Amino acid sequence: MLGKEDISIVLCGQAGQGIQTIEYVLTRVLKLAGYNVFATKEFMSRIRGGMNSTEIRVSSEPVSAVVDRIDILIPLDKDAIGHVKTRISAETIILAETENISRVSKQSGCVCIEVPFTKVAADIGDKIYSNIVAVGVIAGFLGVDLQLLNDYIRKYFSRKSDDIMNKNIEAAKAGHKLGCDLTDSGKIKIAVKPDANIKDQMLLSGAEAVALGAIAGGCNFVSSYPMSPSTAVLVFLSQHAKEFDIVAEQAEDEIAAINMAIGAWYAGARAMVTTSGGGFALMVEGLSLAAMLESPMVIHLGQRPGPATGLPTRTEQGDLELALYAGHGEFPRIILAPGMLEEAFSLTREAFNLADKYQVPVFVLTDQYFLDSYYNTAGFGLSDIKAERHIIKTGKDYRRYELTKDGISPRGIPGYGQGLVCVDSDEHDTEGHITEDLELRVKMVDKRLEKGEALIEDAIPPQLVGPKDYRTLVICWGSTYHVVDEAIKNLERDDVAFLHFKQVHPLPKETVSYLEIAEKTIAVESNATGQFAKQIKLHTGIDIDKKILKYSGLSFTVEELVVKLGGLLV
Amino acid sequence: MDIKNFDMGDIDIAWCPGCGNFGILNTLKKALSELDIEPTNLVLVSGIGQAAKIPHYFRTNIFNGLHGRALPPATAIKAANPALTVIAESGDGDMYGEGGNHFIHTIRRNPDITNIVHNNMVYGLTKGQASPTSQLGFKTPVQVNGVFLEPFNPIAVAIALDAGFVARAFAGDMDKTKEILKKAVTHKGYALVDIFQPCVSFNKINTFAWFKEHTYYLDGSHKVGDRNEAFKKAIETEKLPLGVFYTNASKTTFEENIDTYKEDRRPLYEREVNVEKLRDLLEKFETLI
Repeated sequence: MLGKEDISIVLCGQAGQGIQTIEYVLTRVLKLAGYNVFATKEFMSRIRGGMNSTEIRVSSEPVSAVVDRIDILIPLDKDAIGHVKTRISAETIILAETENISRVSKQSGCVCIEVPFTKVAADIGDKIYSNIVAVGVIAGFLGVDLQLLNDYIRKYFSRKSDDIMNKNIEAAKAGHKLGCDLTDSGKIKIAVKPDANIKDQMLLSGAEAVALGAIAGGCNFVSSYPMSPSTAVLVFLSQHAKEFDIVAEQAEDEIAAINMAIGAWYAGARAMVTTSGGGFALMVEGLSLAAMLESPMVIHLGQRPGPATGLPTRTEQGDLELALYAGHGEFPRIILAPGMLEEAFSLTREAFNLADKYQVPVFVLTDQYFLDSYYNTAGFGLSDIKAERHIIKTGKDYRRYELTKDGISPRGIPGYGQGLVCVDSDEHDTEGHITEDLELRVKMVDKRLEKGEALIEDAIPPQLVGPKDYRTLVICWGSTYHVVDEAIKNLERDDVAFLHFKQVHPLPKETVSYLEIAEKTIAVESNATGQFAKQIKLHTGIDIDKKILKYSGLSFTVEELVVKLGGLLV
Repeated sequence: MDIKNFDMGDIDIAWCPGCGNFGILNTLKKALSELDIEPTNLVLVSGIGQAAKIPHYFRTNIFNGLHGRALPPATAIKAANPALTVIAESGDGDMYGEGGNHFIHTIRRNPDITNIVHNNMVYGLTKGQASPTSQLGFKTPVQVNGVFLEPFNPIAVAIALDAGFVARAFAGDMDKTKEILKKAVTHKGYALVDIFQPCVSFNKINTFAWFKEHTYYLDGSHKVGDRNEAFKKAIETEKLPLGVFYTNASKTTFEENIDTYKEDRRPLYEREVNVEKLRDLLEKFETLI
């Protein structure tokens, strides 16, 4: 059975059954044991019940994308197998208690091995320990050292009573033995190899990478209203607010959130808001205000399927056009879209510097799949951490909107210098006071738009992955980086490359030269209308030949893209 | 401080001749100059409307934001730099209508700012529709049968939310208004001053004479620390009380509740990223402790 160097383990059960605990503990134990690990989840919008699943990939090589196939399935509920039935094949091994093995599994010809998680837990004292038994089983058959497992379990439960901690250690130990028995008896064969270097790597989620990037960017003010899937960023910054001098406030609504953030920038803070499409819809007038005041602003927009409430816990890249066109009036903006954890960190950090430098709103566009997935990655470079500040000490005759060549007026803040800082949502004169001088109006519009030119010059170029002499070019942006990467690698073609955009607006000027030399272009986007492909057409005049679009609420998987891309290649 | 420090010189003021806003503008300048507040250390924040233009007639730092949205930036400005004196000022439509949710939650948050509301019971800038405080039966081109929505009572709402300072003034009485404003600005925490202000163009009912006739000042017998008494006064309708209804000096302000300022009073702009701490934090994602 198995013997692969890359296995996909899926846990499935109801919300509240403890899948999250298994996932959390297991991925950390595996990382500490030196395994490449990737985890992602799909879940229903409810606190209890429903049917949720988590995929954990363990591999000899780094893995960072979701796959369809299930190598090992642990159903924690009788409905669990039904929930993932399309992903079960004859190669799947199901580790389950008898009552959770359904007819579906028998039909698919997969191997079912009975593992009495609950009974073992009950023998220890309570069936509540069955999750840790499951952790132990997986750690056991993967060959994780028992001592390492025990040490982590001890740390994880250190705040609980000695009794609870000891019982969990016992549960892990009992599970570990069961897991070892599975390999000893030859029922499961594992070929995944650990790598000592991985022990020093980081294991974190997209949401954590965004929040850490914000801290690195000097974020010291966050005001937001909780909304899936963006809430984790607000939570992280709130938890670390004291440590990093951050004012973190849960606003009464998203309108208050963005208006607070603009007020904070005005008074010298580095502020951000974190929200999803529906929440951002409420912030739109605030975005327009930031533009008129020429206030820096950082907006983390974690996308989920819409319109309206849509699918609150699912994923989509459907709000690119919302971010692009939001806000009445004409003004420049920047939209960044990280594809990997390292970029979530570096681009969020950079968002603060760009916003401050150009006095424009900067979006960090992510999605539920990106925010809720995590994997091991090399540490983030901190050597060049410096929050670039562009605040000046004002002189007596300071004018906030002084007309300059590049459209950027030196930004003062109240209480720093002898000048006065006046900002106005109305059209204003150079001092910042309301005006209806229509000649000045034209100058002010030109001034604001002038900055757009520099934004194009400064745009972050797309990344080409694959042969430089490609014939087919696959185009993607944001969260699809890893899944496209793995799918194309699996296709083993020497004439296919992909171009990943980390900045989707303004479009980097290199774009045309990449597209021109391709015989065929294929856009891969998690939305229904190919929003980014439309931007490419608009700004380069080039039609993207084919589009692979997905908008079911789930991320693309590697196998799915292999089939769809393969079908479009000659 | 010389009141002239706040003067803008020869500017075009958009208010109608005889508007109550002129009195409020001059009274606020007087109050702030008597309190020795420097223009460089003051921020006037407003929304949209005739009242919300007041910052443009005031030589100081100004943040003239969006309609109904003066309180959130005012809160954040104070939170980003607690050394600044921050006043959020707009009309009744802006603060109580469009910004009603912020009004409620800013009181709960209790930033150390002053909230001045010019209350003329009508929408002036949009030419005479009902405002949240328009009285029952008030006819307008939109409310053709007269207002039938219960008028919003900002004083009662603020007291119900235990706002730390709740007062009502009348633009026709500069001396008393000035004293109320001085108390409000020096109060530690959120302070509401609702100012009755006749609109000479669009409200022919609630005129100077009407306000004179329908108001009276709370006297020394009113106990400002008694919330129940204050509430009783707030819901009087026959004659509307003026003066300080309620104070509660024991409340902790928003800024005091922020950990960031507990050991360090420096404004946020003086602070740098703590790279050492960030390195430690990143390491936790390696050791997974």
